Amino acid sequence: MRRQRKEGVIRNFFFFIAFISIAILLLILFFLVKAGVPIFDKVSVTEFIFGTYWYPTASPPDFGILPLILASLFVTLFSAIIAVPLGVMTAIYIAEIASPKLKELAKPAVELLASLPSVVIGFFGMVVVAPFLQETFDLPTGLNLFNASLMLAFMSVPIICTISEDAISSVPPELKEASLALGANRIESIFRVIIPASLSGISTGIILGMARAIGETMVVLMVAGGAAMIPGSLFDPVRPMPATIAAEMAEAPFQSAHYHALFAIGIILFVFNLLFNSIADYISHKHRQVGAATL
Amino acid sequence: MTGNQHTELVLKKSSLGKSVKQHVFFTLFRAAAVINALALLIIVYFLIKNGWSAITWDFLTEPPRDSMTKGGILPCIVGTAYLSLGAILISMPLGIGSAIYLNEYARQGIIVRLIRFAINNLAGVPSVVFGLFGLAFFVTWMDLEVSILSGALVLGFLSLPLVIGSSEEALRSVPDTYREASLGLGATKWQTISRVVLPAAFPAMITGGILSLSRAAGETAAIMFTAAVYFNKQLPDSIFDPVMALPYHIYVLATAGTNISQTRHLQYGTALVLIAMVLGMNLLAIVYRSRLRRKV
Repeated sequence: MRRQRKEGVIRNFFFFIAFISIAILLLILFFLVKAGVPIFDKVSVTEFIFGTYWYPTASPPDFGILPLILASLFVTLFSAIIAVPLGVMTAIYIAEIASPKLKELAKPAVELLASLPSVVIGFFGMVVVAPFLQETFDLPTGLNLFNASLMLAFMSVPIICTISEDAISSVPPELKEASLALGANRIESIFRVIIPASLSGISTGIILGMARAIGETMVVLMVAGGAAMIPGSLFDPVRPMPATIAAEMAEAPFQSAHYHALFAIGIILFVFNLLFNSIADYISHKHRQVGAATL
Repeated sequence: MTGNQHTELVLKKSSLGKSVKQHVFFTLFRAAAVINALALLIIVYFLIKNGWSAITWDFLTEPPRDSMTKGGILPCIVGTAYLSLGAILISMPLGIGSAIYLNEYARQGIIVRLIRFAINNLAGVPSVVFGLFGLAFFVTWMDLEVSILSGALVLGFLSLPLVIGSSEEALRSVPDTYREASLGLGATKWQTISRVVLPAAFPAMITGGILSLSRAAGETAAIMFTAAVYFNKQLPDSIFDPVMALPYHIYVLATAGTNISQTRHLQYGTALVLIAMVLGMNLLAIVYRSRLRRKV
């Protein structure tokens, strides 16, 4: 009897620890809202989100973050255009084509790419890629939307690749064998059988890769150029949301309107992340791979 | 041409087309993998080429001098070590505990799904938002100020999902026969976990710990408002002191001040030290893990 009670206490203890993740997430949301919402005494929610002027230190200040939101969306979109094909193709290579020996090399390479600190990638973009772009395309500045998208792409490729590779590798071998036995060659089996069977995992990877890109801070802070304007071309400098927070927090006086506005941007980033994760969660639960039944 | 010859020709043609198509796509996929490896190599190459000359004994053991245009990065190395070690002191117990619940105790249900949803979300919260949270909660509300403690707490929370993920994987790799044997001998669930499952999963958990250590060491945005300062000649005395940190030092030297081009070699040098630490830890973890897998 005593033994059973002790077991129950231990079980509850671990449940409590596991519950901490939920608590932390709620705590983050609570403190963002607490410090961010006071800005809406000054500007309305629609003015804040759809306002096109961000001059937080002018008098009177303007708190319109549409240029920042658009900058974030553009860098994420363009980085996805590069990262999605690259990530998925690498995943297919590792899971289906590479010899075991090359696989042993390619997988750690992707992991190491994922482990590079973002500040190092930002630094690389600043001192190597930016001068190169500036000279090659004869631009006023190499720190722009394109450079930021390129650097972000290499940060989301490992995520897309790892999750897609897991999904592809977990397709039951019978499916591929059946396809090959019917006379399809390897590439046909990959396109008609393996990719359709692992599509939900691949989509999850793509969504989480894009979530990474939209929230990534140091790269866009160092490489995107920092102009809070709606970009007219791929080579314009921009100022995505995370870069704005990181660049301005140090100067914003404590509890000022500017301070609250930066926290409000934090709320928007938090909500974006929640949205991306909810979609990923929905896809992976709705279309769970259940062996051959998904085809 | 007889009917037979005709079909043969068509077959030949289509199988030739098929194999060409296969060849083209395989080359494309291979190229994608090569591009990734190249990206990694090019970044490392540039850092080594331009940073190598900056690495001297003095660079590693002295504080910065002359408004950071000369001297070394010792305070940054020490600061980063404190911050990342502090972070895993927080994330390892919480992460392993969560993984034990999720993998050993929990039954599939709404609560578990909610916990997993929260973990996935936590993994995706942008690091700058963690920084904001740390500023509002630890620095301001708990009045811990800009300090090692605030930074370590933020980094601990930030790396928690990573630790949970790797610990769960470690627990999953322990065969169920171990658990059944232990339970069959009359051990309780907790005895089974603490004396059979955890020792078997421990080495793989250490690998996860090393990975999250390296993640915390490279993190910048989360410590900008919570732990790191531009310049601090003294090494920290207590966990309530602010510190310099390698990633933040790179950012500061590369973007702020008037001596950006003059300190370029120091920037490269600092970046080289940082990736040597991070990639070193990752390689260690990868090699160690592949050895573990071979043993099983």
